[in-house]
Amino acid sequence: MSKKYCAVPFLVWLAAGTVIPFAMILYYGLTDRTGAFTLNNILAIFQPIHGQALGLSLLLALISTVICLLLAFPLAMILKDSNLGRRGFIIFIFILPMWMNFLLRTMAWQVILEKGGIFNTVLAHLHLPALTIINTPAAVVLGMVYDFLPFMVLPIYNAMMKIDDSIVEAAYDLGAGKSTVLRRILLPMSIPGIASGITMVFVPSLTTFVISNILGGGKIYLIGNIIEQEFTTSANWNLGSGLSLVMMLFIIVSMAALNALDKNGEGNFI
Amino acid sequence: MRLLRADKIRRVLSALLAVVMIIVCACAMTGCGHRDEKEVRVFCYGDYIDPAVVKSFQKETGIKVVLDTYDTVEEMYPVIKNRAGVYDVICPSDYMVERMINEGLLAEIHTESMPHYKNIGRRYLKIADESYDPGNRYSVPYQYGVAGIMYNKKKLGKDSVTSWNDLWRKKYKGKILMQDSLRDTMGISLKSLGFSLNSVKEKQLAAAARHLIAQKPLVYKYANDSARDLLIGNSADLGVVWNGEVLYSQKLNSDLAFVVPREGTEIFIDSWCIPRNAFHKDNARKFIDYMCRADVAYRNFEYLTYSTPNDAARRMMPAKLRNSEILFPSDKMLEKSESLRDVGPDGDELYSRYWKIFKSK
Repeated sequence: MSKKYCAVPFLVWLAAGTVIPFAMILYYGLTDRTGAFTLNNILAIFQPIHGQALGLSLLLALISTVICLLLAFPLAMILKDSNLGRRGFIIFIFILPMWMNFLLRTMAWQVILEKGGIFNTVLAHLHLPALTIINTPAAVVLGMVYDFLPFMVLPIYNAMMKIDDSIVEAAYDLGAGKSTVLRRILLPMSIPGIASGITMVFVPSLTTFVISNILGGGKIYLIGNIIEQEFTTSANWNLGSGLSLVMMLFIIVSMAALNALDKNGEGNFI
Repeated sequence: MRLLRADKIRRVLSALLAVVMIIVCACAMTGCGHRDEKEVRVFCYGDYIDPAVVKSFQKETGIKVVLDTYDTVEEMYPVIKNRAGVYDVICPSDYMVERMINEGLLAEIHTESMPHYKNIGRRYLKIADESYDPGNRYSVPYQYGVAGIMYNKKKLGKDSVTSWNDLWRKKYKGKILMQDSLRDTMGISLKSLGFSLNSVKEKQLAAAARHLIAQKPLVYKYANDSARDLLIGNSADLGVVWNGEVLYSQKLNSDLAFVVPREGTEIFIDSWCIPRNAFHKDNARKFIDYMCRADVAYRNFEYLTYSTPNDAARRMMPAKLRNSEILFPSDKMLEKSESLRDVGPDGDELYSRYWKIFKSK
């Protein structure tokens, strides 16, 4: 009995933090300025300007997810093979930046990459040509990879550590080569980790507006930037909410797709 | 039996939830009934008042100041409009004052009962009177500024920049900074084409968006607050900044010069207003009057280094600042300049559409 009363604060939290805000977004998204029902805010995603921004967001999020995966998977494999003390230290190094504010880390990249920034000053001293990736999509992808890489490393590492070493040894005993072990054992068994890693990188990359603002120099216009602008400067909450609903749909679809992969429920969010 | 109890619990829980929600909603609507007479609730841009001024106001009048802040007036507007918070003093910019007057959200200030109101310069009241607040009944100017071009005179040459169109010169490719702000950036584009920066003619807005798209490859970055730092750090050679940033920038990089382009520019005036639903209108008037006092306005100027419309405070400044063309543009320049006007929901939508067309290219 009393256990159930303990749930009250969480129910309140759920109502105040999820149900009510979602209901408000739903209300704003499905009405126009006068409060009349409309689907225009949702259908606005098919306007070329919004569609383009969504396309670019999907592309950049996809690229950074793939890069994160390509970096994180080998790292997890290396960590699995290395001895215990070093392993803990390397994971610690990876998590360390997460102790710092995400905004500060992104701004630090801005200072590093700026035309008169640290990186180019060093290059100039070495008589090398300057690097001009700041304010381009490449800088935004770099920011996404840097900010979200730990979210890919940790779940894959966890999944990889759960694989019993004796299974791998048995495979070698039965004559499997390294690539066969990777293909038939390590990869399939770490799929739950990969799936949750992909969601945890893809979703924030898709919706970010801070990274594109700071590293894109106002030239890279992602769907997150449009939504932010509708709320802060255009004062069109209805359109902003409508586009947010469309984004939610994209996120739910991508999570459901990954969930189907992740049969053990490692990254079970839905 | 078990089923019955579970049902009961569910009912109790939902009742509890309903009570909590009612309390939350009621709090939001009434400000939890805090109608303390010795209080004034101020809603203002972040870091826009010298904290020492707030303290001395409390000490001198015994009125407690509750200060909340926002980054853009667009964030403040729905809060006042939907009565999500009850404030006694707000600090909207020109076009927002106009919108709020038109929607009946503001109360008249009755400046005749404010002894320090006379410190506010005539020429600023005239701008307000002729554009966003006819009769100066709803707003008292607090800070103002003009947009201009800050450039590196060592790299580009002295007096090499005189016009908005210098921001479209191919030889400055990759060295130009523009503002990243819907109305301001569109306004500059409109102004450089010779139109009004409050135009709502679709043809002119389309031309302004095309003009900005053509400029995009030349622009290093669209930056608001960081524009100043990029110019100081020599990452860019010329860019659009507000005149209030210039003194600070020149202190750190003496190569920087500032010019208000000859076509005229955008002038902003941030003003004190009293919302219609304010609880402490008398305290609000006391607060606004206090902000108009010469020494208080001077302290705020020292804190912000933005131009002050307070002539008495200007007279207290050292001659170098008092006569600075950067801080206080000439009457002739002000006459050529415009403040932003409220263009209405349809106008906003038009601006928003063309801004997005430019941004997504």
